[in-house]
Amino acid sequence: MTELHILFYIFSIAAIVAGVMVVVAKNSVHSVLFLVFAFFAMAGVWILLNAEFLALILVLVYVGAVMTLFLFVVMMLNLDLEPRKEGFVRLLPFAALILFIVIGLTVMVVGPERFGLTQVPVPAPHLANYSNTADLGSVIYTNYAYPFEVAGMLLLTAIVAAICLTHRPPKNRKVQDVAKQVAVKRDDYVQLVNIPSEKKTT
Amino acid sequence: MNQFIMPIFSVAIPEMFVLSMACIILLVDVFLKERHRIVTYILVQSTLVIAFLITLTQYREYPSPIVTFSGNYVLDKLAVLTKLFVFTVSFFAFIYARNYIKDRNIASGEYFIMGLFAVLGMQVMASAYSFLTIFLGLELNTLPLYTMIAMWKTSRASTEASMKYFVMGALATGLLLYGISLLYGVTGSIEILGISNLMQQAMNQQQLVMVLALVFILAGIIFKFGAVPFHMWVPDVYQGAPTSVTLFISSAPKIAAFAITMRILVEAMPTLTVSWQQVLIAVSILSMFAGNVMAIAQTNIKRMLAYSSIAHIGYTLLGILAGPHSSQGYSAAMFYIATYVIVAAGAFAIIAILSNKEIELDKLDDYRGLNTRNPWLAFMMLLLMFSMAGVPPTVGFFAKLGLLEALVEAHFVWLAALALLFAIIGAYYYLRVVMYMYFEEPKSSVAGAKISMSPGVLAAISVNGIAALILGLLPSGLIDMCRISVA
Repeated sequence: MTELHILFYIFSIAAIVAGVMVVVAKNSVHSVLFLVFAFFAMAGVWILLNAEFLALILVLVYVGAVMTLFLFVVMMLNLDLEPRKEGFVRLLPFAALILFIVIGLTVMVVGPERFGLTQVPVPAPHLANYSNTADLGSVIYTNYAYPFEVAGMLLLTAIVAAICLTHRPPKNRKVQDVAKQVAVKRDDYVQLVNIPSEKKTT
Repeated sequence: MNQFIMPIFSVAIPEMFVLSMACIILLVDVFLKERHRIVTYILVQSTLVIAFLITLTQYREYPSPIVTFSGNYVLDKLAVLTKLFVFTVSFFAFIYARNYIKDRNIASGEYFIMGLFAVLGMQVMASAYSFLTIFLGLELNTLPLYTMIAMWKTSRASTEASMKYFVMGALATGLLLYGISLLYGVTGSIEILGISNLMQQAMNQQQLVMVLALVFILAGIIFKFGAVPFHMWVPDVYQGAPTSVTLFISSAPKIAAFAITMRILVEAMPTLTVSWQQVLIAVSILSMFAGNVMAIAQTNIKRMLAYSSIAHIGYTLLGILAGPHSSQGYSAAMFYIATYVIVAAGAFAIIAILSNKEIELDKLDDYRGLNTRNPWLAFMMLLLMFSMAGVPPTVGFFAKLGLLEALVEAHFVWLAALALLFAIIGAYYYLRVVMYMYFEEPKSSVAGAKISMSPGVLAAISVNGIAALILGLLPSGLIDMCRISVA
C-alpha cells in the first residue's frame, strides 16, 4: 500500500459519502454543497489518474460556475421541504431492492479478477515532459472532431431551449403593464348610472 | 495514439447542411416580424426537402459502407434509409403542427427550429458508429423534444409531461452511460467496429462484464423505445404533450432508435446474441401484452394510442430477435417500424386536426359519428386504424405477416402464435374507434362544431392515409429497400 493508494481511498470514500449525502440531506442547500464536495473528491481521483486538465476543468467549470449558479437557484426557489419526505417509507422497499440488485451485480462483476493486472496491462509510465493537456488538444480537433462538433451543437440547443422556455412569456400571464395602467381613463372603470330617487314610504 | 486520417467530409453533407441551415434560420427568425413568421416555417420545410434530396443522391453514390471521421461516422444503406424516413416523417409532422401550435399561442419560430435540431440529432444517431456519437445523437434528439413539450406554457399537463420525460430520460441516459463505461472498461474501445472485434477475442471471464454492460445499455435503449418495463413515461407524456409534439415523438425518433439498436446489438455485440435475444423475448412479450391489454381500458384516444405504441414496439423487437436466425428478421422489423410511424403520425394528426382553439378532442367519445361530420377524415382514420390492427389490404397486415414469417423461419413458432393472439386482442380497440365513427351518432356537444383545416393539411393527411393503403397493396418496393439496408 503506497501513499497513492491511501490518497485514492480517501478521495473515493469522500466521493461516495458525499454522493449519498446529496440524496439523504434534508436541506436542499446542503445537498448542493455535498454535490460540490463530491466534485472535489472526483477531481482528486482524476488527478491520481493523470488527467490533470480534466480535473481542473471539473473544479473550475462545475464547482466554480455551474454549482454556484445552481446554489443561487436553490436558495431563491425556497423549496418546500415537506413533500420530499412524503412516501419515503412506502417507496423504501422498492428503492432498497433496486439498489441491492444494482450494487450486487456491480460487486459481482467489477473486481480485481476481471479488471486486474492480468486482464488490463499496466500503462507505460509517462515521460517527464508529458502533458495531458497537449494530448487532449491533439485528439479533440482530429480524431474526435465530429463528436466535438455534435457536443457543441448540443450546447447550442440547450441555450436556445432555455431562452425559449423562459424568455417568451405565456400570453395569459398575470403581470402589470405599466403603459396600460397609466393610460387608464375614468370611463373605462366608472360608469355613472342615473337612478331616480324614490320617495320615503313611511 | 492512432494515426490521424483526414475524414471524408463529403459523406456528411446532409448533417452539415441541416446544421448550417438550423443556425441560419435561428438568426433569420430573430429579425422576422410576428406576421412574417411563416418564413421560418417555409425555410425549415425546404431544409428538410433539400436534405432529403442530398441524402437520396448518396443512396446511389455510395454503394458500399464508408466509415470515416476516425470511426465515429458511418454511411451505409441503413443510415441513408433511416435518414430518408426521418426527413419524410418530420416534414409531415411539421405540416400538421403549424395550425395546431398557432391556435395555442406556442412560439412557432422556436418550435420548428427545435424540431430541426431534433432532426439533426436523429441524423447523428442514424450515422453513429461509436458509442460516443450514439450518446450525443440521442441527447441532441431528446433535448429539443423536452423543450417542444414544455413550450405550451398555458397547459399544466404538458409542463408536467415535459418534466416527467426529462427526469426519466436523464435516468435512462445514466443507465446507458454506465453500460457504455463498463464496455469501455473491458474492451478499451468505444467504436462499434473495435468493440465487435475485441469481444470476439475476449476471455471467458470477461463475458460476465459484457453481459452486465449489455443489460444496462439495453435498459437505456428500451427506455428510448418506450417498451415494458421502461414504458411508464409513454402514456403520461403522449397524453400531456401538445398533440403536434406527440405525433413527432411517436414517429421519427422511433426509426432513429431502431438504427442505433441495430448498430449496438447486431453490429457491436454479435457474440452476445443469445443473451440479448433472451432479454428481447421477455421485453417484447411483456410489451405486446401490457400495451394491448391496457389500451382497451383507456377512454382518452391519445393515451390509447400511447399504449398501442408500446405494443407495436414489442412487435418490432420480435423482428430484431428473430434476425440472427432468419434471413428476413431485420428487414421485417425495419419495415414494421417504418410503416408504423407513418400510420401513428397520421392518427395523431387527425386528433390534432379535430381539436380546435377551445378544446382538445382527445376523448374516445368525441369520435362518435365522425363519419357524419367529415366523411373523408373518418375514412382516413379508418385506413389508419385498420393498418394498426393489421387488417388486409392495409400496410399493417404485410408488416405483421413479414414478422410472423421471420419468427417461424427462426423456429420461434410459439412466439409467433403469441404475437398473433395479442394482435387479435389489439384489433378490438382499433375497430372500436371505427365502430364509433361509423355506427354511432355524434355527441351533441361536438355535433355542430366545424372541422376546419387548411388545404395543405388536407393534402398531407390524405397522402398519409392513402399511403397506408397503397403501401399495403404494393409493399414490395419498400420491403426491398429495407432488405437492402440491413443486409
